[in-house]
Amino acid sequence: MVEQIDLTQVNWARAQFALTAMYHWIFVPLTLGLSFLLAFFESIYVRTGNEEWKRLTKFWMTLFGINFAIGVATGIILEFEFGTNWSNYSWMVGDIFGAPLAIEGIFAFFLEATFFAVMFFGWNKVSKGFHLFSTWMVAVGSSLSAMWILVANAWMQFPTGMAFNPDTVRFEMQNILEVILSPVAISKFCHTTSSGFLLASLFVVGVSSWFLLKGKHQLMAKRSIIVASVFGLLSSAYVGFTGDEAAYTVAQKQPMKLAVMEGLFQGETNAPLVVAGLINSAKEPADTQKPFFAEIKIPGLLSLLANREFGSFVPGVDDLVYGNKEHNIVGASERMERGKIAIHQLKTYKEAGKNGDTATAEAALIAFHEYKDDMGYGYLNNPAEAVPPIGLTFYAFHIMVILGSIFPLVFLLFLFFSFKGELLYQQWLLYLGILSVPLGYIAQQTGWIVAEVGRQPWAIQGLLPVTVANSNLTTGTVQTTFFIFLGLFTLLIIAEISIMVKQIKIGPEEE
Amino acid sequence: MLKKIIFFYIDGFRSMKTGRKLWAIIFIKLFIMFAILKVYFFPNFLNTNFANDKERAEHVMHNITRLRNN
Repeated sequence: MVEQIDLTQVNWARAQFALTAMYHWIFVPLTLGLSFLLAFFESIYVRTGNEEWKRLTKFWMTLFGINFAIGVATGIILEFEFGTNWSNYSWMVGDIFGAPLAIEGIFAFFLEATFFAVMFFGWNKVSKGFHLFSTWMVAVGSSLSAMWILVANAWMQFPTGMAFNPDTVRFEMQNILEVILSPVAISKFCHTTSSGFLLASLFVVGVSSWFLLKGKHQLMAKRSIIVASVFGLLSSAYVGFTGDEAAYTVAQKQPMKLAVMEGLFQGETNAPLVVAGLINSAKEPADTQKPFFAEIKIPGLLSLLANREFGSFVPGVDDLVYGNKEHNIVGASERMERGKIAIHQLKTYKEAGKNGDTATAEAALIAFHEYKDDMGYGYLNNPAEAVPPIGLTFYAFHIMVILGSIFPLVFLLFLFFSFKGELLYQQWLLYLGILSVPLGYIAQQTGWIVAEVGRQPWAIQGLLPVTVANSNLTTGTVQTTFFIFLGLFTLLIIAEISIMVKQIKIGPEEE
Repeated sequence: MLKKIIFFYIDGFRSMKTGRKLWAIIFIKLFIMFAILKVYFFPNFLNTNFANDKERAEHVMHNITRLRNN
């Protein structure tokens, strides 16, 4: 075991976790969204009795099956990493995460063993109504299954409904409803699942566009495009609405994340929203350099979005690092002092307990509780360590928002030309439909980067930084497994794309 | 009833086309993950190095009360 904290090892462990999560997130959003599109397609088939809709449903169901089969269980690797690379963290959150992850595991197992089987094997063997019910259950169940993972993630961003027990050294659940229904969990669930609906709609539009360009399966492609464009348009609106809610929640619960998302260094009343900008990467907190080389701003809009009030104050990085008395903001510098007291009192409590000095232990425990909310800051060496990577978070956020603003226009154009009956003549639009598929994945990945890079340096917001959450391992150990995963996941992606492309080329089976 | 359910699954698996390849991928993937990666590369750090929960808790307590500057 290594006794010193090795930043290189921490960074390799972070890179490994990021790699695994990002690969996993290639598969999940398509599963979430495509499952609902299957339910829509099959509902139309059951309602109309038109066998063409059944053929269409079965085709998309095959692609859904490929994506699901290759992606299934890739998330379990994240749990391996928790136990090996992040053992301090795993121990401390075991009581909180145990319930949601166990529910998710049991839920997913029963869902897959029953309704998935009926959906894939049950054509012509169960009634139309029961088959449709199963398809809907797969769709609803997949989103509910994702909910438990997102609840766990949301708790890391906004730890609530728990208490730290210094005897077991664990955060223990006090109120499961508070954990499940926290504002961060709700906004995260709504925004994340609806972004999956949007991606799947782009996927269906993109593949259908390819069919139209090739002059193949035109009726199926046109019908798929109409349903997917309507769903995509509605999902886009919902993604925008939930995105606004998510940003508001971030502003209230993780103001540092919002500040770096917007590249806001000095807090302002009537703060502007940066629509696009070129970040000055040399800029440090509280120095005199400009944060941007060039930027386009909308005056006052950030205040409105962050606080639902024009003219309100939005804290910047400098305020959150060094404090702002005028606006009652306690900076990381002051919180570091309080955090160090909390850690010192925890250590005193532990040592006094071992020595049987009850009076000292009790006094230390009382003092610990007074300062425990800032405990995580006590591990920082300087206040600027509380600032996440600004450039990466800023650009990821803005790429996500710009792409998210383009997608509804794409769906509108597809609907417009579909209803005019001129879709086949709009080759540029069909190419745009194909291009939108990778753009949808980029939007998904950048969204993940905003959520996770933007909350650094914390494993648990304000309580446990990643440098303390990790295990005492050597760098080489983590590097080895990083490259093993890189190879394994790359093979899986190649398998996904090649099987998917082959199946798309085959097209729907003839009845 | 139970027989019907069992044959439902058996027939389903038998009639698969693309599905067979996908099941092969799933099994290979699960084998690599659980029989190789989990066993040889991802031991649970605390379970491997400490005998019981008391020792594990003490180790974590030691880590979280050990400051770089203290």
